[in-house]
Amino acid sequence: MTAEAHGYHEEHLPLLDGFHEQYSVHLDKFDGPLDLLLHLIKKNELDICDISIAVITRQYLDFIKLMKELNLEVAGDFLVMAATLLQIKSRQLLPLDDQEEQETEEPDPRGELVRRLLEYQLYKEAGMVIGVRALLGREVFARTAVEPLLAAAQNVEGPLEVSLFELVDAFRGLLQRIPEESFHDVAPGDSLSIADCINEILSLLQERDTIRFDDLVRDEYSRERIIVTFLALLELCRLKLIRIYQGSEHGSIWFVPAVAADSSEV
Amino acid sequence: MNSELPAIVESLIFTAEAALSTERICELLNEFGRDEIRSVLTEMAASYQERGGGFELVEVAGGWQFRTRPAFHSYITRHIKTRTSKFSQSALETLAIIAYRQPITRAEVEHLRGVDCGGVLKSLLEKHLVRILGKKDIPGRPLIYGTTKEFLEIFSLKDLKSLPTLKEIKALDEQPQYERQEELQLEPEKPVPVENDLPFE
Repeated sequence: MTAEAHGYHEEHLPLLDGFHEQYSVHLDKFDGPLDLLLHLIKKNELDICDISIAVITRQYLDFIKLMKELNLEVAGDFLVMAATLLQIKSRQLLPLDDQEEQETEEPDPRGELVRRLLEYQLYKEAGMVIGVRALLGREVFARTAVEPLLAAAQNVEGPLEVSLFELVDAFRGLLQRIPEESFHDVAPGDSLSIADCINEILSLLQERDTIRFDDLVRDEYSRERIIVTFLALLELCRLKLIRIYQGSEHGSIWFVPAVAADSSEV
Repeated sequence: MNSELPAIVESLIFTAEAALSTERICELLNEFGRDEIRSVLTEMAASYQERGGGFELVEVAGGWQFRTRPAFHSYITRHIKTRTSKFSQSALETLAIIAYRQPITRAEVEHLRGVDCGGVLKSLLEKHLVRILGKKDIPGRPLIYGTTKEFLEIFSLKDLKSLPTLKEIKALDEQPQYERQEELQLEPEKPVPVENDLPFE
């Protein structure tokens, strides 16, 4: 979209003169009709409280036309504003009759628009003031007492909770890693139950706070072990006893006890 | 006053996982007076600032936390990955409107911005910068929105009152652009020294 817009610059230089520096990047994403109006007012060095509706309306409509020519989707909001501008313009041209004059308290048809523009300008300014503040995790960093392991699993924006799909993916990865020659005897007596596995995981979590999916099945790489572990994890998740995190996309999946995480938030 | 109190408070904040509120510190150190703890905190913040080190003690979102000075971010990011991205103009405008006008409905935000805000609002909700406060008691019972504690934390704000007032912002607008830059230096407010009634040992 932007590349297309740049190509067009050559032919529409006079019109795009002002937009060139500020808006060439998001020509397709003007922050709303009020933003565009403010820009036009600034460009023409007009006083917000005394805008020349004729000039602004023409330029505003030119801009919308240009957006259409560039095949940009013109949002309905822009059209509403165009209609408002035209309405103001027509009201300025036609003298009011006595009855209408009594009805309208506002002598200047631009009044409402000016108020909205001033208000919008104020919040736009406020947004800029907030925007130049140093951001935590970008310009400012806080000391974190979190264990380095856990820190790896959590990012600044908060833990990225894992979707079921990613969990299944990790599980499949593990199954693929089972050495092919590993046989196992079916001995009904010592088959692993999900309940045992849940207890095992919970006691591990008490000691360590975080576990990686791979660590859970490290010492025993059998299909049965992995499947039971996986089911146990799903069960623990359902019971809301653990939370699952992933540090990065395709990264290791971590398990954190939900209770401990909650108490640390106090 | 116990001469170890500043050290004790410092150790608590140092080991805390998140910003520690004055309230919580007083609760943990119930053998000390609240006023004592408060004055220790403000004095300590001032002394960190004077020291001019790599980090300082700041009050954010109603709690105390050690944070690095913004000036050194380019060095810090050499070994720490930053995951926070800059905010777009529309996100900042929407945030500003919500911060100043909360509780506010989506329709009110959209009227002020003159444009649909559904997408921006959704992403602000996802980033936990904005939350749903409830429903407004008018026809249709629209949701009302407000800013979160994370908003204060991320933008290093002590509380909502520490945002510049809209009047101040209006005043900024009347000055030329280059002067505005200076006005916006983001040094945390200098803490007001608290008078201490207790005799100092």
